[in-house]
Amino acid sequence: MKKDKDSTKAKSLGKSKFNMTAVGKFFVKYKYFFSKVGVSLITLALSIILLFFLLRQIPGDIVHLYALGLQQRQGINYDRAYELASQLLNYDPNENIFQAFFRYVGGLFRGELGESYLETGVSANSLIKTRLPWTLFISSVALFISFFLGTFIGGYVAQKRQGVANKIASSYIAISGSIPDYLMALLLVIIFAYQLKWFPAQNNYDAFKVTPGFNLPFILNVLYYAFLPILSYTIVQTGNWILQMRGSTIGVLGEDYILAARARGLKDRTIRSKYMRKNALLPLITSLGVSFGALFGGATLMESIFNYPGIGLEISNRVVNKDYMVVQGLIFFSAAMVIFVNLIVDLIYPLVDPRVRRG
Amino acid sequence: MDKIKNFFKRTLSVLKDFGYSLLKGIKKIFSNKKTVTGAVIIVIYVLIAIFGPLIFPYSTETNLKDKYLSPSLAHPFGTDWLGRDVFRQVIDGTGNVLEIAFYSALITVVVGTVFGIVSGYIGGWVDRVIMSVTNIFLSIPSFPVYLLLAALVVIETPISLALMISIFSWAGLCRAIRVQVMSLKERDFIQICKVMHMSKAHIIFKELLPNVFSYIAINFVMAMRNAIVASVGIMLVGLAAYDPTNWGAIMNAARTKGLVNPNNVRILLYPLVAIVIFQVATLMLANGLDETLNPRLKVM
Repeated sequence: MKKDKDSTKAKSLGKSKFNMTAVGKFFVKYKYFFSKVGVSLITLALSIILLFFLLRQIPGDIVHLYALGLQQRQGINYDRAYELASQLLNYDPNENIFQAFFRYVGGLFRGELGESYLETGVSANSLIKTRLPWTLFISSVALFISFFLGTFIGGYVAQKRQGVANKIASSYIAISGSIPDYLMALLLVIIFAYQLKWFPAQNNYDAFKVTPGFNLPFILNVLYYAFLPILSYTIVQTGNWILQMRGSTIGVLGEDYILAARARGLKDRTIRSKYMRKNALLPLITSLGVSFGALFGGATLMESIFNYPGIGLEISNRVVNKDYMVVQGLIFFSAAMVIFVNLIVDLIYPLVDPRVRRG
Repeated sequence: MDKIKNFFKRTLSVLKDFGYSLLKGIKKIFSNKKTVTGAVIIVIYVLIAIFGPLIFPYSTETNLKDKYLSPSLAHPFGTDWLGRDVFRQVIDGTGNVLEIAFYSALITVVVGTVFGIVSGYIGGWVDRVIMSVTNIFLSIPSFPVYLLLAALVVIETPISLALMISIFSWAGLCRAIRVQVMSLKERDFIQICKVMHMSKAHIIFKELLPNVFSYIAINFVMAMRNAIVASVGIMLVGLAAYDPTNWGAIMNAARTKGLVNPNNVRILLYPLVAIVIFQVATLMLANGLDETLNPRLKVM
């Protein structure tokens, strides 16, 4: 009897041991994956804590004001309204710091990023739904145009470092890097919208002329209105991509396979397109990912200068109007998107560049 | 008597050597054309900031009769919508803009260097903690948080604005310094110091710091650039407008008055050009320093 029991015990032990090693092996095999996910989760948690402390700086009477508004609108007594208000805003100045933190995190997990206290029915969620497409539209189009232009020019210039093109590119980088993006936007608005009157100075489309939907006039109108924002983004960002691509390409040019290709008498253009560009682009994938993640927050000043209804315009307008709950929701959203996109880039990168997997 | 003589002789020779090396270093740094141009422009800006308000005092007195005057000898940049001299406003704002940039760069560099060296040299869990803190500041978009902070915290001095900007800007520098220190740590001269049981203080201050010093100097200039971009941007939204002659505040005022009016465009362009010239100068200085101090990077 006893022996039997022991043997079963041993069996189960052995079995569990086997399972443990399997789990362990699984973890070891995907160590890169788990460590990246872990780091992103920690970063997310820390940024939630940071935003929470930022939120504590908000003057406490906004819950009171919001409750007064609710009381009037819904005809309930003040205590009930106050309770509702603190629930909607995820914030109650009378609670101690731990209770407040759990309330805040609970709100975020439920997907309630923050209710506006100026307008009813408007929250960070609804703003993201309506504004994000516009932000992503102009910024991602500009990002891809400038990425392709920049990498193309950067690769060319790196190969012909003694030429005139390099000098022109260098001065372009210096000048475009010296004008902050919002001042570039301001200059373009002044020149093309106010002086020459070629392009509209604000808004995303003409609501009087076209009806939103999938029709040609609407799309053309949107492109017409988006031209200046996209142009100013592109002018500013291209310099940066040229600089990065040139640096990366110069690193690649010293490699043996380029020397071998040159020894075989291949043309510069062939070397550039077949050997150089692909390898030089690899390190730029990470920064492309980082830039793409940063797009979700919108370019606050750029959008407010063009009055383009994206996330950035909402942030700057609502900060000025003291609608802090929505602002922190939008900031949380963009931080989460940055972390998420960076994670994706980190996870994809070893698939593209096998050297990282080995390292 | 002899001892004292010797002592003086020795200190004198040490001072002489130090002076020569300093002179040599300055000569080497200023042998680069870019560095000289950048430095000269920055010095001119600093002189304007110090002496400008004394020579051209700015008065807030409004004079509606002289509204929107075009540039003349009395008013080199013309006047604004209240008849105030724009030239004097721009000069008055120079000091404020530079002060914010300088303080912010100072805080950024000190904090970033200290944490970068600690993180890179000590490593282990200290490194992991510092890296996760920098992670937050690198992933939360900085500008919206600046706006939120500027609205929540009352900002009345350049230092408080500089502190606010530095909250985010130290993280990138910290990472860069950390990488430098980590690669230096494996080099022979540091390894020898370790074998010789030299103190950590000696290794950090006498060996590591001089080696990353050129890097710090360049990043000081770059931090100034970023601080100007951020502070002017914050003021352009209309926040933290404690000083109405700050260039950002002048531009914001002109913008809110309406850019349809060409007079406002004109007013807006002066501070804009001033900022761009300053940014070009700082970039030239940084690039020039980079070329002379980091000869390894001469691929550009």
